[in-house]
Amino acid sequence: MYPNEIELQWSVLIVLYPFLTGLVAGAFILASMERVFRVDAVKPTYRLSLLTALAFLLVAPLPLQLHLGHPERSFEMYLTPHRSSAMAMFGFVYLWYLMAVLVLEIWLDYRKDIVLLAQSSKGLKRLFYRVLTLGSDNISPGALAVDNRVGYIVTVVGIPSAFLLHGYVGFIFGSIKANPWWSTPLMPVVFLFSAMVSGIAAVMLLYMLLTRLRKQPIDMRCVDTVARYLFYAFIIDFSLEMLDLIHRIYEADESFRSLDFMVHSKLFISQIVLQIVLGTLVPIGLLAITQLIKLPELARKRIYWLAGSLTMIGIFAMRWNVVIGGQLFSKSFLGYTTYKMGFVAKEGLLPAIVLAILPLFILWALVKLLPPWAKQEPVAISRASAAGFAD
Amino acid sequence: MRFKDANHLFRLAAVFAAGILIFLLARGLLVPKSFGQYGHFRGDALAEIKKQPPHYAGHEACEACHSDVLEQKVKGKHIRVNCEACHGPLAKHAEDPGGTTPEKLDTAKLCVRCHEANAGKPKWFPQVVSADHSAGLACAECHKPHNPAIVAEEKTASAAPASPAGKGAKK
Amino acid sequence: MNIDRRRFLVLLPAAALAWEHVLAGTPEQASNYNTSEHWWGMLVDIEKCIGCGSCVRACQQENNVPDGYYRTWIERYRIKEVNGVETLEVDSPDGGKNGFPNDTEPGVKQFFVPKMCNHCADSPCTQVCPVGATFVSPDGVVLIDEKYCLGCRYCIQACPYGCRFLHPQKEVAQKCTLCYHRITQGLTTACCENCPTGARQLADLKNPKDPIHEFLRTHKVQVLKPHLATKAKLYYNGLDGAVR
Repeated sequence: MYPNEIELQWSVLIVLYPFLTGLVAGAFILASMERVFRVDAVKPTYRLSLLTALAFLLVAPLPLQLHLGHPERSFEMYLTPHRSSAMAMFGFVYLWYLMAVLVLEIWLDYRKDIVLLAQSSKGLKRLFYRVLTLGSDNISPGALAVDNRVGYIVTVVGIPSAFLLHGYVGFIFGSIKANPWWSTPLMPVVFLFSAMVSGIAAVMLLYMLLTRLRKQPIDMRCVDTVARYLFYAFIIDFSLEMLDLIHRIYEADESFRSLDFMVHSKLFISQIVLQIVLGTLVPIGLLAITQLIKLPELARKRIYWLAGSLTMIGIFAMRWNVVIGGQLFSKSFLGYTTYKMGFVAKEGLLPAIVLAILPLFILWALVKLLPPWAKQEPVAISRASAAGFAD
Repeated sequence: MRFKDANHLFRLAAVFAAGILIFLLARGLLVPKSFGQYGHFRGDALAEIKKQPPHYAGHEACEACHSDVLEQKVKGKHIRVNCEACHGPLAKHAEDPGGTTPEKLDTAKLCVRCHEANAGKPKWFPQVVSADHSAGLACAECHKPHNPAIVAEEKTASAAPASPAGKGAKK
Repeated sequence: MNIDRRRFLVLLPAAALAWEHVLAGTPEQASNYNTSEHWWGMLVDIEKCIGCGSCVRACQQENNVPDGYYRTWIERYRIKEVNGVETLEVDSPDGGKNGFPNDTEPGVKQFFVPKMCNHCADSPCTQVCPVGATFVSPDGVVLIDEKYCLGCRYCIQACPYGCRFLHPQKEVAQKCTLCYHRITQGLTTACCENCPTGARQLADLKNPKDPIHEFLRTHKVQVLKPHLATKAKLYYNGLDGAVR
């Protein structure tokens, strides 16, 4: 190891960050399935996907701020962004995605509810909703049609924006020629598809959980469709990762021996066991079973729970293997170091866990303030109403 | 699409425009004035970095006063070894010669830093296994650090291998 | 900004420094340093390095480098070859600060390789800095603006040579500055000043009369990791192919 390489530069917080933005991108893509690609079956998850994306997007900068040596200077990225730096461009991509895509789309879709809630609630909540209406209470069919049209355009623009939001994270790693574990043109694509996998799995799990908590029947047609898209995304993600692996093994350039040893020793648990076997092969297998064999509803639900949870672990492991793995070997290809992760430290495991759970609390607050589904009796009713879109 | 129905969008656009305006204003105030002078960095940084006070004076500063030592050094191999390589950082002493006295060096520990035998050192470099070389004597007992070569006295009866009075004095 | 104003602004800090010298009663030391007249590099001669560690100690003293981190360091390569199969061992105890223990095993090719920032003309570290806190100065030295650095560590990741680190107290990126505060006053770097064999020598690639510049023109020299096209300006004479 070069003497300065022994200490790792990027910690578990930097593992958490692409995981969070990945969930944002994936959840948004699921939302766009309904809005743009007119996959009606997933409509029950539409608003939930948007709120999930927002909850995770709000928390995403926090691990970065904790990591910075001087977080009070982070605004410099907006003042004097270095245009050759992918990291600098992040500030603007994030702002664009937050304001011009996500918040805008949520506002447009919820506007009618917001106006109604502004009229029906009291106290602080009333003030909150009134501010959100921006002073306009026009929910005539004409206005709503305008909202719908503009929302459609925003979603269309949002898809490449979501790709950019998370693709750039892949580019941040993929463009570092100094690090052969990171430097590949496949990196942004792999990150993006693994993001879609994790985002879709997250929304699937959240939908099933929240529906259970609301004591409502789970819309199986919806969940089956979501699971199907999860399966497709997984196939593509797995293929890309295998392509990268096979390419490395075949070309066996100078870095290969060092990286190969690292994968077999230091990254064995996180890469082979958690990411590949438990996190990819098992979920793909489980989902394939549900696609090929007609199983009863309970069995499918159990499989979706299991596959979804393993997926989340697997995708987190993938981020770990990229970020931490990329720093465990020496750029001289002659040595290795270890990652000493603290627990109660500024960049330790405890803040990572807190920040990982925080979006769920924010999501809970968002679901309370902007209900994705209309309040209903626990009785079977038409699917459209159950989804909360009273026409 | 009637204007009335898109009114809320115009309100939103106004909020966005206000945000952008505030951003531009803040930017004008907060970007350091010297930024961009020579490139994408704060021009003042160059001057700030230059202001760091040196701790090593550089051999020319030493030789300005200690020309007698220089005269000794030019005769031998240690001419290429600069003063502070052995004597340590002495910029303070160069600035205020009377006020600071440099430490006296212990040749028992100093010389082996370079001259202890090591298989990694190039063969032409003079190196010894100090334990076998001097029977425990400090290096300065036989070698003068400023001109370390030991030259045997010619013709004189003096048996001292290197008398402090004159290095390699030939009659 | 027209050229004259630029020259004036470049000269201004030099003039301020010059004035300090005048006030101190040593006006002859005042420099009129013009960045456009210099393009700095360095030569390291592996054939001359004895691995004494003087450079590492000197740099630490000159620049208050914290313990355990290195702006420059020395690596020892020990290459053993048996029937055409090479085994390689590289070590750097404390960065080589206190020299190296002796290894007298026969038949081992041993040598020392001093390392530091390569002050790349096409530097990957300045490319990735999100705010412009690290940059290539007009005279070819890669520097860090400690007041502007966020401590994001992206530059540390991007450096192929491992020469950067994060200062544990200041929490900003740090690395060899080619003793910018010295070379702009006509002094040489602390490491070159203290190298007893002349294995490290500063080079001014814009000065045709610079003897090191001349050396580079007449000897076979290499840079580290040329395939990364960083346009490194740290040249090695006698570099072995095994060195990474």
